[in-house]
Amino acid sequence: MHVPVLKQGGYLIASVQSVLSDADLLQLRDDLADRVGQFRSRGVIIDVTVLDVIDSFATRTLRTVAHMLKLRGAETVIVGIQPDVAFAMVQLGLTLEGVGTALDLEEGLAYLNLLSKKSAGHGKS
Amino acid sequence: MESHDSCVEINSAADIVEARRKGRELAAQIGFDGSDLTVIAAAISEIARNIVDHARRGRVFFSSATHGNRRGICIVAKDEGPGIKDVARAMQYGYSTRKGLGVGLPGAKWLMDDFEIDTKIGVGTVVTMKKWLR
Ligand SMILES: Nc1ncnc2c1ncn2[C@@H]1O[C@H](COP(=O)(O)OP(=O)(O)OP(=O)(O)O)[C@@H](O)[C@H]1O
Ligand SMILES: [Mg+2]
Repeated sequence: MHVPVLKQGGYLIASVQSVLSDADLLQLRDDLADRVGQFRSRGVIIDVTVLDVIDSFATRTLRTVAHMLKLRGAETVIVGIQPDVAFAMVQLGLTLEGVGTALDLEEGLAYLNLLSKKSAGHGKS
Repeated sequence: MESHDSCVEINSAADIVEARRKGRELAAQIGFDGSDLTVIAAAISEIARNIVDHARRGRVFFSSATHGNRRGICIVAKDEGPGIKDVARAMQYGYSTRKGLGVGLPGAKWLMDDFEIDTKIGVGTVVTMKKWLR
């Protein structure tokens, strides 16, 4: 199922709506890379609350997405990983190294705001 | 006693989602709940994906299993792909013959209680894994 991407201020929010196939994940990756350029977004939130499983492929793709968007000038934060899903990921030895994570959408926004404040502060000094 | 309750044909990545769904459904019927359902679905995801990635097509069978007075789920993934040359290495965390993370096989083993690989070069691979109710 296609993942809708909404623009909110300087950020993009992608809310995963249902179980994702590999093709959907790759589509999301390409959509986000396009939109970040189109809207000059500085941050992207990917909401995975509904995902029942995050396996090695999904982990690899989410990591690639985050690194790709970083090269396009945007920070990525993954929000909504469910406790059971996190537990299975840990057991699988999967990590989202180098990718921001937050509890939910609100925390995700706070995380991006903090990052952009930091980088603004950095620019001034 | 073991019976093959259902089977999902794996021909493309889209079928992995169906295999996960079927496995989760049967596991719930057997009495698994909460994080066990997710753990079982994650293991199915990895071995079904290996079929797509390394053998192109195959099948995943689901059945309930009993051993003494223990009850559980049995998942068998069969393919007629190239087989695995060095099973011991394939089971190592981080070992991949392409640029994968190499977590599929060792990860699935950690997630499940019993895990066996029967493979022959040029013939195919059978992965049998079980999880028991606690
Ligand atoms: N069904 C199979 N048929 C043939 N070879 C297989 C099969 N399953 C696994 N292998 C071999 O075992 C290796 C390890 O598998 P594993 O799932 O651990 O890692 P991967 O598939 O390479 O990467 P990842 O699963 O992390 O994306 C594979 O690289 C492949 O060579
Ligand atoms: Mg694999």
